[in-house]
Amino acid sequence: MSMNSHLPLTELKKSLAVINAESLDRRVLNSFIKRVAGNGVGNVRILNVYGQRYIGTGLNSGLEIEVHGTAGNDLGAFMDGPSIVIYGNVQDGCGNTMNTGLIVVHGQAGDVTGYSMRGGKIFIRDNVGYRAGIHMKEFQNTRPFLVVGGSAGDFLGEYMAGGVILVLGLNWPHRREFTARFVGTGMHGGLIYMRGEMRHLGTGAEISDVDEDDMDQIGELVKEFCCHFGFDSDRIMESTFTKMIPSSRRPYGNLYAR
Amino acid sequence: MKSYIIPEYTVDIDRDRCIRCKACIEQCTYGVHHYNAEKEAIISRNEECVNCQRCVVFCPTKAITVRKNQNSYRKNYHWTQDMIVFAKRQAETGAVALVGMGCDRPGFTYWDNLLLNASQVTNPSIDPLREPIELRTYLGRKPSKLDLAFNGGEAALATELAPQLCVETPILFAAMSYGAISWNAHHALAKAASELGIYFNIGEGGLDRRLYRYGERLIVQVASGRFGVHKEYLNVGAAIEIKIGQGAKPGIGGHLPGDKVNEDIARTRMIPLGTDALSPAPHHDIYSIEDLKQLIYALKEATDYRKPVAVKIAAVHNSAPIASGIVRAGADILAIDGFRGATGAAPKIIRDNVGIPIELALASVDQRLHEENIRDEVSLIASGGIRNSADVVKAIALGADAVYIGTAALVAMGCTLCQRCYSGKCPWGITTTDPEISRRLNPEVASRRLVNLVRAWSIEIKEMLGGMGMNAVESLRGNREQLRGVRLTDTELGILGVKMAGK
Repeated sequence: MSMNSHLPLTELKKSLAVINAESLDRRVLNSFIKRVAGNGVGNVRILNVYGQRYIGTGLNSGLEIEVHGTAGNDLGAFMDGPSIVIYGNVQDGCGNTMNTGLIVVHGQAGDVTGYSMRGGKIFIRDNVGYRAGIHMKEFQNTRPFLVVGGSAGDFLGEYMAGGVILVLGLNWPHRREFTARFVGTGMHGGLIYMRGEMRHLGTGAEISDVDEDDMDQIGELVKEFCCHFGFDSDRIMESTFTKMIPSSRRPYGNLYAR
Repeated sequence: MKSYIIPEYTVDIDRDRCIRCKACIEQCTYGVHHYNAEKEAIISRNEECVNCQRCVVFCPTKAITVRKNQNSYRKNYHWTQDMIVFAKRQAETGAVALVGMGCDRPGFTYWDNLLLNASQVTNPSIDPLREPIELRTYLGRKPSKLDLAFNGGEAALATELAPQLCVETPILFAAMSYGAISWNAHHALAKAASELGIYFNIGEGGLDRRLYRYGERLIVQVASGRFGVHKEYLNVGAAIEIKIGQGAKPGIGGHLPGDKVNEDIARTRMIPLGTDALSPAPHHDIYSIEDLKQLIYALKEATDYRKPVAVKIAAVHNSAPIASGIVRAGADILAIDGFRGATGAAPKIIRDNVGIPIELALASVDQRLHEENIRDEVSLIASGGIRNSADVVKAIALGADAVYIGTAALVAMGCTLCQRCYSGKCPWGITTTDPEISRRLNPEVASRRLVNLVRAWSIEIKEMLGGMGMNAVESLRGNREQLRGVRLTDTELGILGVKMAGK
């Protein structure tokens, strides 16, 4: 395999490439990731990431990427297949319009996390910013999942057309109530689960009973969440959950005269 | 509630000419015509007629005439009949009144106040029938200077050129999504663009895989709903356009009603069957020029910097500074859609009141980009109200590199601007997702009509260029000396950058 010698490749084993991203421009960093992905490398470890954007954007291989540091905006945008584990925080737009794949964040994520994703899974250990999971949609057999260990900002799941959002609120153990506003506004598909109660319900969304199937689904997601981050899943599952569903699949059906 | 709305049209059938073949009943998708066996006559329900002219064209004996209803309210220049009907319809439904196509109000067409120049005596005109006239245009960011590298006396280009779109004539088919228009219409536009060496912007509804073979002649769109946007989609087109706004409805999003979202549409848009396909008004990851830059570069990253990225905005009051921001954010092409731009569905109140005419927006954007010395960094596409080749020539003289045509293309395929696209019943098989009605549009024939239209316009453009003594469309771009204004105020002339006729 030929690599440019000036690229900061510190280690290259059979299937693992290690990149030191310190002082690397994002375009150089990302072209390098694409190049190693095209050369049959299965794992990439990126060290010293200081906010470089677009890591994994538009990648469609089965690459496994480890990011150490703070990943910049639009991590994994339009991606189709890779899994990215971030040991640190990510900025805005992570998983933007992703098709399939996995994003695991050992930290927190910024605004519009999982915007318009239509498949794959995103697990955030701590909080997410505003407008997370906005316009998520499902399509044929693909269904997106967004699991947030901490809390989420306003407009969570706005315009949601499919998929599942689960907010666990683990970092606020004393809190029984989810206080973000405009949650699920204009949603016309998909489900939002919250641990505990929620205070503000967006227009177009309604509370529905949590049945056994819901608990199974929550249980599976919680188990997977705990696998990634090492929490006690049984303990989490002792809690009660609230479920939000869309009031209609045609929220604007009566808005227009024809 | 009894409807107080009076019929807009009356259908007259000449009983002597009518042969009772019932073609009109067959052709009308609005159920206007019925056969009354007792009277042995076709009876028409005027109140359902939208004046699409389908029955008129298909009547073998030309027995049908559709007229504006002579019965009308008392004449009132302020409260026109349209205004009265509009208010009554809302009083009866309590809903936002929808409309299709572009604004039909008079007084916003500046093309008709602009006249073109021609050579007389002092510089010879060129005869396009004998001499070549170049219409080929490259769209994309141009370098401000070219660096050459010399190697043993051989010169090679050292400047890295930005990706370009090459059109054989400066006309592109405007964004029209699959869902807003039928599969056959979408197919016809892609096929015609391919044959003409131009581009069809497929709109925001995703791309059916059957059309991937036309990929190199398609511009794929990314709008706020992100319908059908995935890695392969981004890479299959020749360029990507970020849709921020649309001239027919600046500032608002789009709703494709769930009843139009059938299996094919759901698959192409990658959304659940039967749900409303909602395009929110803003992109929720774009609240600033910096955010726009982020999406432009996300798309460039996803396509390895190989495709030009265009940004389309509606023409609004601050278009010029917004355009400057868009160019600085890295857009390779800027499309501006004017006040008369059309749509499959928009609230009538928005269509007829929001935005500004393309002529003014285009002139002010071109001027501003020149003043800031960044005009070369972007190509401008003007759209929204281009009706013929003279409008194209005038747009180019006002600063456009090329134009998008939407309505003109639909008219070529059969559209009569009846403005009921949102009903899903388009009798010409264009703006419908009903497979039965769609079959009325033969993609082969429709594509031939489109090719003919653009070829005819191209010949006319060459005639006009030749008349001005130019042998390349490039010489006309932003060349406002070739334009003169009539019936315009000094302020209007100033914004257009055009002198009064006679000066």
